[in-house]
Amino acid sequence: MGSPIQAQAGAAPPWWRNRRLIPWLVQVGVGLVVLVLVAFLVGNLVRNLTAAGLLLSWSWIHNPSGFDIAETLLPFNAALPYWRALLAGLVNTVRVVIAGLVGATALGTLMGTASFSSNGLLRRLARIYVEVIRNIPLLLQLVFWYFVVFLQLPNGTAALQLPGVVLAKSGLYLGHTALVNGVWQGSLRFTVEFTALLTGLVVYTGAFIAEVVRGGIAAVPQGQWEAARSLGFSPLQTLQRIVLPQSLPVILPGLNSQYISLAKNSSLAVACGYTDLYSVAETTLNQTGRAVEVVLILLGAYLVIDLLISALMNGLNQLVQIKER
Amino acid sequence: MVSLRRLAAAIPLIASLALVGCAGDGGGLQSQKLATIKGRGKLICGVDGKLPGFSFVGPDGSYSGLDVDVCKATAAAVLGDARKVDYRDLNSSERFAALASGEVDLLSRNTTYTLSRDAAGGNGLNFAPTVFYDGQGVMVPNSSGIKNLKDLAGKPICVESGTTTELNLADRMREIDTPYTPLKFQTGDQTYAAYLQGRCVAVTSDRSQLAGKRTSFPDPAAHTLLPDTLSKEPLSPATVNADPVWSDAVRWIVYALLQAEELGITQANVEAKVAEAKAKTNLADLRRFLGVEGDFGKQLGLPADFVVQAVKAVGNYGEIFERNVGTGSKLKLERGLNRQWKEGGLIYSPPFR
Repeated sequence: MGSPIQAQAGAAPPWWRNRRLIPWLVQVGVGLVVLVLVAFLVGNLVRNLTAAGLLLSWSWIHNPSGFDIAETLLPFNAALPYWRALLAGLVNTVRVVIAGLVGATALGTLMGTASFSSNGLLRRLARIYVEVIRNIPLLLQLVFWYFVVFLQLPNGTAALQLPGVVLAKSGLYLGHTALVNGVWQGSLRFTVEFTALLTGLVVYTGAFIAEVVRGGIAAVPQGQWEAARSLGFSPLQTLQRIVLPQSLPVILPGLNSQYISLAKNSSLAVACGYTDLYSVAETTLNQTGRAVEVVLILLGAYLVIDLLISALMNGLNQLVQIKER
Repeated sequence: MVSLRRLAAAIPLIASLALVGCAGDGGGLQSQKLATIKGRGKLICGVDGKLPGFSFVGPDGSYSGLDVDVCKATAAAVLGDARKVDYRDLNSSERFAALASGEVDLLSRNTTYTLSRDAAGGNGLNFAPTVFYDGQGVMVPNSSGIKNLKDLAGKPICVESGTTTELNLADRMREIDTPYTPLKFQTGDQTYAAYLQGRCVAVTSDRSQLAGKRTSFPDPAAHTLLPDTLSKEPLSPATVNADPVWSDAVRWIVYALLQAEELGITQANVEAKVAEAKAKTNLADLRRFLGVEGDFGKQLGLPADFVVQAVKAVGNYGEIFERNVGTGSKLKLERGLNRQWKEGGLIYSPPFR
């Protein structure tokens, strides 16, 4: 096809009508604009930092930090350098993110499937949960959980007690719990700050995940439910064996972005007194005045965490794709 | 180090996005800041906004306090009207960034004057004279039975993050070998809320701040300040290093308030003093101070009568202190170190010559 046109053209078309040249030129143009923009921004940064005598330097990272961190998995004290403090903060962030991912997934899946329940009350509760939670800013929710819920808990003998679980103002105690001199002890202890942050993140992200799960289930054709029922599957079996496996390819990409949001949202930890990476970085920034370097570290750390989550989820996504043969 | 530095310089696209249009207030002999303020017709002043006695928003939405009066005096001296101030409430973590980026012209927010904050290689601030000599204290509920710092062993202590108090606490507790749990919050409100809810057995901050916050507690009498003073906390207004003309102007406006007290010039008698200075040519000192003769104002880039305007607006230092934090106020603080040097205090203005 098209041979008459080519034949008609005969001579080569002028360059501005060259089908191969134009897209190439456009690409170069866009590339140049991006380059100029980046050069301007970096140049501006370097120029202004130089003017302020604040060129990037990383030697401060080896100085002793001089501040304490309330709860750490890695041993830490004020005599250790800043990079150890930042690392301890990072570990705290990763800890709450991992726990949050597990909790939010469980809660979200539960609530997402509940909106297909034959029980009307359960269905409505799931809807109310989603609509209330996702329409309130997370920061407010964290402040609510911490100040209004967890800090109102009693201490000592009045604490909420279940076998193996004690919830007091000083924290959440699991496993072997005992009251020693009016202070609770447990084989596993989470501070009330961690618990409040985790609760806030799980409840908030859970609402979004519930919607993602609901969307995924809704994407499975009604005929699949009917076919399963006619084969004698119970509703739970249908969900487990027929519907959920087919909805996973739809759910996972949406889940990925919710996971990433959760990791980023964990930086609101300071609202409820939890010492995460952001909180440590803020203290570091205040002490050293190295704003650009500290912000770069923060950017890098959250970027790496989110890219890792993304890579994991993409791998998982490939696994659950429906294999077409 | 060089390659790292180069690499880092290439990355910060996003960081530089945040900084675009922020810096670049470079001043030569001419002060860009002064020109900006005069052009805008308003001084933008960074304050705490939630600290009774220092900067506090009243029920009618107006700001008052010692820090606020410094803003007002500056606006009066530069623009001739103490009402031409826009206040920005800043928390302790954002204050330096707000000042460095030029979002506020002047930071008058109970900020401790320290080496690293002043140094060009640190925060790069320029501090005006200290307007309140403070020290860090610790407040506990009376019912806790805590009598000194040692009693705080193993206990959670609430502290605002991004403050010198956070660091002094760590230093001091290490010094006396007492382990403790710091609970850090981003704002003073959160810090004191957590303390009042009983999450911490103690809260630490500057003594004046503790006294100020205590006035807004449900039961102020139920809380005591421990006798220990953990540090020196000279609270001073601050400007950026980049504009020395503006920094000098602020410095001498504050000195003028101190000097006015020393000379017995008050809000009430300043007009009379001006009349007296104009009438008696032999009072050269007073004439220069009040701008009747000489060109002090011009040298600073300010109107000739900047001292008169400032004192007329807020009174001299003694009046400011008394009105906001002194024994007549809710805070009931003694002058203590904040007396004039002639009375054994640290308030001292270099000569206006």
